[in-house]
Amino acid sequence: MTKHTARLRIRRGTADEPQPRYEEFALPFEPGTTVLDALIAIRRQQDPSLAIRYSCINANVCKECLIAIDGVIDYACTTRLRDDKVMTLEPLPGKPLLRDLVTEIRPPRERLK
Amino acid sequence: MTDLATDVLIVGAGGAGMYAAIAAARAGAGHVLLADKSLVGRGGATIMAQMTVAAALGEECPDDWQAHLDDTLAAGRGLCDENLAALLCRDAPARIREMAEWRVGWARRENGRIAQVTAPGHSRPRCCYVDFLNTGPAVAATLRRQISQIGVINRVSNLAVTDLLVHDGEVVGAVALDIAEGEPVRIAAKAVIIATGGLTRIYQRNSASANMGGDGYALALAAGAALVDMEFVQFFPIGHLAPRVVGMDPIMWDPFRYKLGGRLLNRDGREFLADYGSDESAGYTTPRDIATYAIQKEVAAGRGSPNGGVYLSFTHVPRHSLEAAFGPVIGRLAKNGIDLARAPVEVAPIAHYHMGGIAVDTDMASSVPRLFAAGEAAGGANGANRLSGNAIPEALVFGEVAGRSAALLAAKRPMSALPSGAGADIVEQIRSLADGRKGDIAACELLDELREIMWRDVGPFRSAKVLSRAIVRTEEMRAALPKLSLPPGRRFNPALAEWFELRGSLIAASAVAHAAAARIESRGAHQREDYPDSDPAWARSQRITMTAEGGITLGPSQ
Repeated sequence: MTKHTARLRIRRGTADEPQPRYEEFALPFEPGTTVLDALIAIRRQQDPSLAIRYSCINANVCKECLIAIDGVIDYACTTRLRDDKVMTLEPLPGKPLLRDLVTEIRPPRERLK
Repeated sequence: MTDLATDVLIVGAGGAGMYAAIAAARAGAGHVLLADKSLVGRGGATIMAQMTVAAALGEECPDDWQAHLDDTLAAGRGLCDENLAALLCRDAPARIREMAEWRVGWARRENGRIAQVTAPGHSRPRCCYVDFLNTGPAVAATLRRQISQIGVINRVSNLAVTDLLVHDGEVVGAVALDIAEGEPVRIAAKAVIIATGGLTRIYQRNSASANMGGDGYALALAAGAALVDMEFVQFFPIGHLAPRVVGMDPIMWDPFRYKLGGRLLNRDGREFLADYGSDESAGYTTPRDIATYAIQKEVAAGRGSPNGGVYLSFTHVPRHSLEAAFGPVIGRLAKNGIDLARAPVEVAPIAHYHMGGIAVDTDMASSVPRLFAAGEAAGGANGANRLSGNAIPEALVFGEVAGRSAALLAAKRPMSALPSGAGADIVEQIRSLADGRKGDIAACELLDELREIMWRDVGPFRSAKVLSRAIVRTEEMRAALPKLSLPPGRRFNPALAEWFELRGSLIAASAVAHAAAARIESRGAHQREDYPDSDPAWARSQRITMTAEGGITLGPSQ
């Protein structure tokens, strides 16, 4: 199978940082690979500090991996990688940022007081 | 630092944990703390279930719980704890009807009766479901709705319990990592229920949620509790393999095999299950352990599909029947480039469920006072092989019993603060790890290696040689834990929670490998290449405990 290369521009850091910061990662992929697959591979191979929420991994039932992909709100686990352009990944807008792609999506009653 | 106190601490908020919370509240608990590493009601196995739920409701034909028990014991290959299995089967109908009252939406016949199908291993139609592929999400959503209406249930998401606190031989609370802030939390509890699910996440091919790495077993062992039947990991035979599918769980094909009779074919297009003694001419009846064995043997003999599995074909089924049975799923498959009327898909075994777990009695009490377990985390009810459809009733029934037992125990005791200094070393460890560590390798890399080892050496086929290799390597990895690299940071630092996940997963993995190495026979889900036959002398369970030094110790069941 032909190898493709994805380029992912990912918003990094916590809300404490004054300026939004982006880092670009490149990784080879086979057709069918998802954005979540890529994020897990980046953590494994390049940067274990990269934060992303996910639970069910592939079934699209936990609904935890919702992020902004090229400005569109979508699930990382069902969005396929593409190699014709850089894909920009950002945390959900309008939710408090915790770190990288992770926002505070817990209902208020599920947080420690 | 945050200090919490509760009557009943429930670790894990899947089906068993959520139900335990409801039952504890009903039994009078004044404060229940329901904690999950992931989000409450969104992780774990329950929400992933796409299949059926067994209960002797008798909606399609006469049935009773003792018939369900007979089928459960037969599937368990002689190893079920009969008291636990009986509890599961006896209470399942009440739990399933209660879910109906809570409007879970069981599929119904035109006459209004709950639809029940015959899943493999059942003597009659007994398994209900929510269409289409929605059983688990519907059960999870129903329980989330229920717990949100009960004021005494305090839900906390992203709270990972790292250690139980034991004082004078009793469990008195826990230390947890608040993942969102990277801070330690101490919890005083009159009773603790472990409802963390199984350990299938430690296998490379798995149908688990991310939070199912076996940490509940490690918590129980370290607190002094015994585990039972740890060698028995169920491999679901027809997990999806290829082409790549997104947005669907890999165990999705089973209900369609019941409904439509999908055919399992080898590379030559030939049905092969009959070669392994399973006649499917009258329907889809092959138990999971036998189907897994047959598929692995076909692949090993060079008769597998291109990606290392076998074919599942519905091409003999008319398109209108496919559309009626699959409903909206047909469209989701089409988006993934799959047209079942035209071509088969590839399937292969996938780690799906763990029969073993924390040894409990019929109150769900472990061998350590004030520590309970529920759901998949509890071992024994399913013996060497779980009957299809028994996992969700197990979660609900055992959750109910554990929640009630824990609340009744808690009611007899005054709330007391944790002993002074309790958990201080663990609090210090969490803080030290959050400062970051330099090292050559990160926890996520070792977790990947562990999954490869478990799949290759402690998977569907085992032998003395590969099991001892796995035991040696998991012990090496345990020894390497203090030297791992860890990026600094407190707020939602994924590597911090992952360090604890790896520590727990290594203990769970080691327990499975040790138990598998000791069982020198083949039975149910435990298949030894070097001991291919069942040995009547081994029709007994093994228990595992931990030494003070953290070693794994094996012994016979009591």
